[in-house]
Amino acid sequence: MKRSITLQINGKTHTGEVEPRLLLIHYLREVAGLTGPHIGCETSLCGACTVTVDGKAVKSCAMFAVQADGRDVVTIEGLASNGDLHPLQTAFWEEHGAQCGYCTPGMIMASKQLLDRNPHPDEDEIRHGIKGNLCRCTGYQHIVNAVKSAAAKMGA
Amino acid sequence: MIAQNFEYETPATLDEALDLMEGGAKALAGGMSLIPLMKLRLAAPEKVVDLRRVPGLNSIRTADGRLHIGAMVTHYELESTPLVRTGCPLLAMAAATIGDVQVRNLGTIGGSIAHADPAADYPAALQALEAVIRIAGKGGERRMSAAEFFVDTFTTALEPGELVVETSVPLEAAGTGVSYQKCTQPASGFALVGVAARVIKEGGRVSLARVGVTGLAGSSYRAGNVETLLVGTAGGEEDVKKAAAVVAEGKEANSDIHASADYRAHLARVYTARALRAALGMAG
Repeated sequence: MKRSITLQINGKTHTGEVEPRLLLIHYLREVAGLTGPHIGCETSLCGACTVTVDGKAVKSCAMFAVQADGRDVVTIEGLASNGDLHPLQTAFWEEHGAQCGYCTPGMIMASKQLLDRNPHPDEDEIRHGIKGNLCRCTGYQHIVNAVKSAAAKMGA
Repeated sequence: MIAQNFEYETPATLDEALDLMEGGAKALAGGMSLIPLMKLRLAAPEKVVDLRRVPGLNSIRTADGRLHIGAMVTHYELESTPLVRTGCPLLAMAAATIGDVQVRNLGTIGGSIAHADPAADYPAALQALEAVIRIAGKGGERRMSAAEFFVDTFTTALEPGELVVETSVPLEAAGTGVSYQKCTQPASGFALVGVAARVIKEGGRVSLARVGVTGLAGSSYRAGNVETLLVGTAGGEEDVKKAAAVVAEGKEANSDIHASADYRAHLARVYTARALRAALGMAG
């Protein structure tokens, strides 16, 4: 039986009827049309589908859309404001934090969670904070540099 | 990977949740174990009861010298809440080692222990803490120790239809040394072996030792034989080695592609020694 859900996504209210088994990632991509969050491993290991729900980074392939009923979801598309990139997005660009780009939306959302909780992380804390996100291109160093750079700019 | 269809319920009270649990429903807490199982169709419940709207399950409070932790408290809340970090640091340490930040944001202590993965982190800490688990069912409430609760691989003493509502652990006395040492399987983040230790020293001698082990056998356990060997000693290096040497005795060690039974038993001895050394160092 379908359930009616109402949730905020990037500041906009979305209402719809969904099967309880519909995963949040499928709702975001196929119903809301937000293809920023990616489907990588589909086994809640790679983190490519990371979004925030009520400010907490989650893997949206490991949550049913019905669980997000009444909650506030932010995807990578919701980070820029008025066309200005979020400092993390700028830093990933400037520091070459992305190669193929597949992991990038999830990587940036996990990094945002880290900086929300710890505005001045050291290198170990950055690596710990993005442990749930896999990148097969960069070797992570440029991603770590990007988070460091963003933290410095956001703290300035 | 799409789960089999199911009915989804969000009860507003514990009584309503217990009514809905009748007839083989699955309780959904953070979903970090249940949802992957449903996607793989290793679990295909007809009804899922989401506990997120049930009041009172996400509190952390102190009473009677103990810390009472609601079943829906997340791993992140346990690792970051000052009351837990100071009152029961062992539990905060174990919570901090679970999975990754996204898993810790959603995963709950009640869901984790009810799932009873043999390589989960909490059971080691809860065995060493002699935790008490409060369970609600249609017939009322009951309490049991962690040692009684964890029965076997993915098997607890929960009866069908019952729910974990709270776990309580002692507020540590000043001078108690604690440590959780874990050999992490790097792909999954689970423990190949994890050992939790608590020690108290009085007059230069170990007066209390508690050791909990996860990952080694089908179920977590309290290593009473290690504790007995350590109590009464000065807690020196030889005492630690002698005590740690018996941690896997009498246990049938798990064996899989990541670690053979012999290797797991070896790891248990090494990590027990590390946990005891760290706890003794902290106890001073």
